[in-house]
Amino acid sequence: MTTFVLIHSVLLAILIATAVAITRMRALYGATMLAALFSLVTACLFVLLDAVDVAFTEAAVGVGISTVLLLGGLALTRSREAVTPRRRRLPGAVVVLLTGGVLAYAALDLPEFGSADSPVQRHPITETYLHESQKDIGIPNTVTSVLASYRGLDTLGELVVVFTAGLAVLSLLGPLARPEQVRPPADFHLADYRVIRVVTGTLMPLILLFALYVLFHGDYGPGGGFQAGVIFASGFVLYGLVFGLDKAQQVVPRAALWLLISLGLLVYVGLGLTTMLLGGSFLDYDVLDPDHPASGQHLGILVVETAIGVTVASVMTAIFFSFAARGVSR
Amino acid sequence: MTLIVLDVLSGILLVAGALFLLSGAVGLLRFPDFYTRIHAVGVTDAVGAGLILLGLLLRTTGWETGIRLVIILFFMALTSPTATHILAHAARRDGVRVWRKGDPRR
Repeated sequence: MTTFVLIHSVLLAILIATAVAITRMRALYGATMLAALFSLVTACLFVLLDAVDVAFTEAAVGVGISTVLLLGGLALTRSREAVTPRRRRLPGAVVVLLTGGVLAYAALDLPEFGSADSPVQRHPITETYLHESQKDIGIPNTVTSVLASYRGLDTLGELVVVFTAGLAVLSLLGPLARPEQVRPPADFHLADYRVIRVVTGTLMPLILLFALYVLFHGDYGPGGGFQAGVIFASGFVLYGLVFGLDKAQQVVPRAALWLLISLGLLVYVGLGLTTMLLGGSFLDYDVLDPDHPASGQHLGILVVETAIGVTVASVMTAIFFSFAARGVSR
Repeated sequence: MTLIVLDVLSGILLVAGALFLLSGAVGLLRFPDFYTRIHAVGVTDAVGAGLILLGLLLRTTGWETGIRLVIILFFMALTSPTATHILAHAARRDGVRVWRKGDPRR
C-alpha cells in the first residue's frame, strides 16, 4: 500500500511540475514536448489505476499523434508565445482560479479512492454486468462486453463524435481531395538518414501487427477498436513523418481515407439496422445467430470493434495529412 | 540454490541499472552542452533501462511475462539510440556548436 501511495504521489508531483513548467514557458516547441510528457505520466497513472484501455489511448493520442499535430501547427505559425501585458492577464487568472476552485470543490464530493460503497460499486447493474456477461456474451473482458454490446448505442454516439470532429477539422483545413500542388522540395528529409529509414522500416510492420492484435484481442485483454485505431494511425503518422507526405499518400490515398472515415460508421449503423431487420432491437447481436446467442454476440462485437478501428484510424490519419499538407504548401 | 543465485544476480542488475539512470540524470543536469547531455540521456535509456529489464527478466516466473520483457528490451534497443542519433544530427544541422574546454556552459 505504501509503495502504491509513494508511486502515485511521485507521478502526481511530476504532473503538477510539468503543468507549471508549461505555463512558465514561452518557447512553444518546448511546451509541446512538456505536454507530451504530461500525457505520458497520465498514461502511467492510468496503468496504475488498472485502466489499461484508457492508458493505451492516452499514450498513442496524447504522446504521439497530438504532439505531432501540435508541432505541425507550430510550424505554420510563430513558435514563441507573445507576451501578454500584465493588466490583461487578470481576467484569465480569475477564470482559471474559479474553474479550478469549482473542480476542487466538486472533487470533495467524490467517493474516497478504492472505497467499496461508492455508487459505482453499490449499483446492482455492476453485479449484473460482471456476473451475467460471461453467460450472455461469453467473453472474458467485461469492459469490451459493456462497451460494444450492453452500451453499444453509447459507443455509437462516441464514434459519431469522433467522426464529426474529424469532419469539422478536415473542412476547416480545406478539402481532402485537393489536387496535388507543385511544391518546392524540402531540403531536409528524415529518410535521408539510413538509421531512421531502417528502424522505421523495421518498426512499421510491428506497429501495424500490434494494432491488429489489440483489435482482435480486445475480447480477452485490454484493447479494442479505439486503441487499435489510434495505434494504426500513429504507425501511418510515423511513416508520413519519415518518408514524407507524398509517399504516405501513395500508401493511403486521400480518396480512400474519405471512404474509410464514413465506412466505419456506416458499418456500425448498418449492423444495428441488420439486427432490426432480423427481428431484434437496434444493436441486439443475439439475433445474428439465433441458435447460439453468444456466438452472435461475438460476431457483433467483432464487427463493431473493427468498424470503430477503421473510422478512428482514418480520421486521425486524415487530420495528420491535412496538417502536413498545409505545412508543405507554404 | 539456483533461486538465490538468480535473486542476487537480478538484484545486482537492478541496482546497477538504477545507478546508470542516476548517472544519466546527473549528466543531463551537469554536462556543458547539448551533445554531451544527449550522451548522458543515451546512457540512461540504453544501459540503465536495459539492465533493469534484464534484472526483471531473471525474476519472472511465467514465460509470457518474460517474452513481453524481451520485446520491450528489443524496442528500447531499437528506438532510443535512433532518437539520440537523429537529435544529434538535427542539432548539428541547426549549427549547434560543440563545447570545447574553457567555453562557458550552454
